[in-house]
Amino acid sequence: MSIHPGTAAKGKAPESPTPANTAKVRRRSPTRVNPALYLFPLPAVAVVAFFLVMPTLQAFQYAITDWNGFSAAFNYVGLDNFIRAFTKDSLFTNALTNNLKFVLLVVIAQTIFSLILALLLTKNSRGSILLRALFFFPTILSSVSVAFIWKFIYDPNFGLANTVLKTVGVDGGSYLGNDAQALYWVAVTQVWFHSGQMMVVYIAGLQAIPRELYEAAEMDGANKWQQFKSITWPFVAPATSIVVAYTTVQSFKAFDLILGIAGNPPKSSLDILSTRIYSTFANSEFGYAAAQSIIFMAMIALVTWLQRRLLRLTPKGE
Amino acid sequence: MLASISRRAILAIYAVIIIVPLTVVAFGSFKTTQELFAGPFSLPHSIAPDNFAEVVGGQNLGSSFMNSVIVTAVSVPLTLFLASLAGYAVSRLKGFMSWAIFGFLVLGMAIPAQANMVPLYVLFGRLGLLDNLGGLILANVVSTLPIAVFILGGFMRTLPKELYEASSIDGSGPWKTYASIALPLSAPSIAAAAIFLFVIHWNELLYPLLFIQTPGNRTLPLALLSFQGEFQTNYPLLFAGVILASLPVVVAYVFLQRYFVAGITAGASKG
Repeated sequence: MSIHPGTAAKGKAPESPTPANTAKVRRRSPTRVNPALYLFPLPAVAVVAFFLVMPTLQAFQYAITDWNGFSAAFNYVGLDNFIRAFTKDSLFTNALTNNLKFVLLVVIAQTIFSLILALLLTKNSRGSILLRALFFFPTILSSVSVAFIWKFIYDPNFGLANTVLKTVGVDGGSYLGNDAQALYWVAVTQVWFHSGQMMVVYIAGLQAIPRELYEAAEMDGANKWQQFKSITWPFVAPATSIVVAYTTVQSFKAFDLILGIAGNPPKSSLDILSTRIYSTFANSEFGYAAAQSIIFMAMIALVTWLQRRLLRLTPKGE
Repeated sequence: MLASISRRAILAIYAVIIIVPLTVVAFGSFKTTQELFAGPFSLPHSIAPDNFAEVVGGQNLGSSFMNSVIVTAVSVPLTLFLASLAGYAVSRLKGFMSWAIFGFLVLGMAIPAQANMVPLYVLFGRLGLLDNLGGLILANVVSTLPIAVFILGGFMRTLPKELYEASSIDGSGPWKTYASIALPLSAPSIAAAAIFLFVIHWNELLYPLLFIQTPGNRTLPLALLSFQGEFQTNYPLLFAGVILASLPVVVAYVFLQRYFVAGITAGASKG
């Protein structure tokens, strides 16, 4: 019943070619590769090429047209769609701003919170294992389910949050109804949803730190904070980079959660890029929607790259 | 001492923040709206499954449930089959070809579903795959093949090569070696990948939303989403829907928790 990312995660370490291996390849080993082996990956390669790679490349082609999705005629419009997105379409820039704000909030909150949970539950005691299972639980639910649960928590009239506040004599808020705050409350939901998952990634990183380091630090008179700063944090850097990268992609794509909590289409204070792309598509502006989805992909790549630069999470102890 | 007290306090508070809403939903699914609003934390007065009967019968969540079962039951094994074939080949081929195939398949992990949804919609339209379960199955397979190859291929590469060689000296062809050596030995990673795919496919919302028009072809997440507009504040009905949609995953979690954590965490290292 122990909780740690098991065999599957470990298996991905790239295998370093041993000298014996490379030598074998070079001199055409006697155990030659059976040509039938090339048939095995064929179905997967065909499916990925035809239904994943090709449509992605086509998105670039669509993006420079004004195609509406059903008429046979369309024009090539160059970069007009991209210019429109950034300069003339306040719906799009609003969604972009919301999305970046949401990603920033969730990445910071979820990384810190999941690390705290992991630090508190590193030891494999009975209680820790039970709590890990509980904290992980929300991750397995569907986004729409989580959205409905939190819709009720945030309901201004009958919701859980305000019911609890009323018993202690505090006036409640209107949460999602307050446009200035709505995005923050959805960020709270997202952190509740996925922190347990990231906690597990951190626990695996923490458990790999040799105990002796802490013992030595203690003998040198280092306090807890100094130990964290000079042992724990550098050693969990690989875990942090996984958590930050994954949380970034996950919160860029919080499509299901937003639709579940805010309806389809969501109001503008909760509109993010993925929901905006969908609305543009549903409005049968296929060319423009494709351009937006390319901006979306570029944003994910850009933010991920920036994080790597800023955080300088060079793996240590690997 | 102080540290230990604050540790307990943080853990207890967060446990409450998880347990209480889930309990309210479970109890609430048996209540009337008035009953829920009057006392969200109290036990329900009766455990007559009125709300469940309403969502399953009246709102056709029963047929959506069956659709979800069909889609998931086909797309999970199909993804595993294609991914394990590819992973097996990658583990036995050598040098450049092995890396090229693995790299090509795994590269797809970097493509978010929203990036190619417009051309995919057009393509599926031409192939007659819109508004039917077959299209949903194919979309699920396509979107999760890269991550499945990543998990399974990564694992199979760590299997000792000598086993394959021994098997081919015994005269077994690649197919026999795949079925009798590679698959059984990869059981732990197949189980982890299966759980991961199960959760993803069962909860998938984007593709049904894109492709499905006929209410009778909806899967559970899409049917549930349509509740959001129809029953604005009829929370007991929403909760009954949430319970139905979550039940299979929750039951699996209780029994296969180890694989859940391994699988979903292996999936998390993507990106």
